[in-house]
Amino acid sequence: MDLFLQLTLAGLAIGSVYACVALAVVMIYQATDHFNFAQGEMAMFSTFVAWALYQVTGSIWLSFLIAVALSFIAGIIIERVIVKPVENAPIFNQIIVFIGLLMIFNNLAGWFWEHTTKTLPSLFPKHGIDSTLISTHNLGVILFTLLILGVTFCFFKFTKVGLAMRAAAANPDSARLVGVSVGWMLALGWGLASAIGAVGGVLVAPIVFLEPNMMSGVLLYGFAGALLGGVNSPGGAVAGGLMVGVLENWARQYVPGGSELGLTFALILIVGVLMFKPAGLFGRVIIKRV
Amino acid sequence: MNRPNPITRKLAVSFAMLVFVGIALMFVASEYTAYQVTTALAYGIAILGLNILTGYNGQFSIGHSAFFAAGAYVSAILITFAGWHPYATLPIAAAVTFSMGFLFGFPALRLEGLYLALATFALAVATPQILKVDALEHWTGGVQGLFFDKPDPIFAGLSVDHSLYLVTWLVFVVLMVGAWMLLHSRSGRAIMAIRDNPIAASTMGINLALYKTTTFGISAMLAGVGGAFFALANSFVSPDTFNFFIAVYLLVGSVVGGIVSIPGALLGGLFYVFGQEYAEEFSNLSEMIPPPWVTFGVLLILMMYFAPFGIWGAIERGWARLKR
Repeated sequence: MDLFLQLTLAGLAIGSVYACVALAVVMIYQATDHFNFAQGEMAMFSTFVAWALYQVTGSIWLSFLIAVALSFIAGIIIERVIVKPVENAPIFNQIIVFIGLLMIFNNLAGWFWEHTTKTLPSLFPKHGIDSTLISTHNLGVILFTLLILGVTFCFFKFTKVGLAMRAAAANPDSARLVGVSVGWMLALGWGLASAIGAVGGVLVAPIVFLEPNMMSGVLLYGFAGALLGGVNSPGGAVAGGLMVGVLENWARQYVPGGSELGLTFALILIVGVLMFKPAGLFGRVIIKRV
Repeated sequence: MNRPNPITRKLAVSFAMLVFVGIALMFVASEYTAYQVTTALAYGIAILGLNILTGYNGQFSIGHSAFFAAGAYVSAILITFAGWHPYATLPIAAAVTFSMGFLFGFPALRLEGLYLALATFALAVATPQILKVDALEHWTGGVQGLFFDKPDPIFAGLSVDHSLYLVTWLVFVVLMVGAWMLLHSRSGRAIMAIRDNPIAASTMGINLALYKTTTFGISAMLAGVGGAFFALANSFVSPDTFNFFIAVYLLVGSVVGGIVSIPGALLGGLFYVFGQEYAEEFSNLSEMIPPPWVTFGVLLILMMYFAPFGIWGAIERGWARLKR
């Protein structure tokens, strides 16, 4: 029973990271109808920035906050400068632009910081709680993610900007008519997604080690979480991310051969959800008029 | 009735020219260059598959590294364990990857654009892990991969690399002509009609499911044949050779060459190998010049702004303007 609980709690911790990535993916999806394939690499890059800042400042929290702020600004700039020109282009062009971004960030990180693995210390104290069930880092990750999600929820629910962003995503034309700057709301969405991705990156770095390819797997689980929860439901994405984390941890332990097939599990989950329940568990079914 | 069709004449001339150029190049190329061109052609074959699928049929794949890997492994396993002649493994690699693609085409039917990109992305990311699985280790060689010999020269006096180059070139030209004939046939028009407007296409009586899965199968088959040649050229396969980035680089080659074109596949394959080499040399000149794939990422994005149809698309449009 202890093992089962340990697995579940560790699954919730890694699932929190997936939830962050899933949330970032869903935010951009809601605003633009696209998956940002560069989301993982952007988060990886942010994490490297945090690491570089940590080498200078020596304070992990300070570096973390600066890196998140920088990611927010970078996200806005990327949307304004790089993504905007293909806003109305066919889906093919947009995906290629995302792939281009993915390549740029992945290889820039390798160029700046080399392909050796780095260790980023945890945001949380080493000896906080005395438990055999869960490590302090994992507990911190879960609580911190819940906090971030709460803040995001309140932002969208109770602030004027949050409302404007939702309006811009739901119905751009009407939003424009009532004076919402739809273009800037998209940029803001990219900024927030990039910042949330950065949080996910810094949280996961102590678990998977910091290197340029650390996020490709995490992004895949994030996608799986987003799809499982429903791509048009931020709350669902978070729930989906947590579920994927837990399911993956169980599968690693209890399914024979499962320990080496984590990514395959994500592949099966993605294809399965898309085939049998494309709207996800909590999403709305979109009916298209032709 | 027997008037020669101008289109088939153009095709015959291109075919003869390509074969001639290929043989002529063999006499001037060093062994290493021949090896490099062989690799470029192997990628080119896979890119041809990608062009047919994405450029002509409108189905998105960023997972062709999976089929590329499958073709390479089928070839490698047959050579290593069954002692087959390397070239005899090619049809098997083609058949296996065609079936894989055809089967993957079924879930793909229900996935449009973005979702298909996502599913294929997942396939590409998971591929190296599947190849490393313990249960298959006896056959795949696990993390180590498999080593074998390059095929013997097809006739005496030819070096191993030149011989393989010649075979790859001829196969590539035949596949290009085949792709050309397919796309200019009734089926080809159906394939493109599905891309342009699936609903209208099905109203016209085109069986969407059949055409889309078959196109996926053909595309995967080409990727598999490309992978098999890649394995022969390197005389070695390993799981991490076929990571997700191979799929990305194939896509880059496809876009740079011209995704809605057949000759673009050749240009894309050459760009993949030689573009990378020159960019590498260039970036070694100074600490300040970024590595090739950063530059190519920028190039990719710029092309989406200014030349979404790639090099061949630019050539075609330039030519059309001159003729006007």
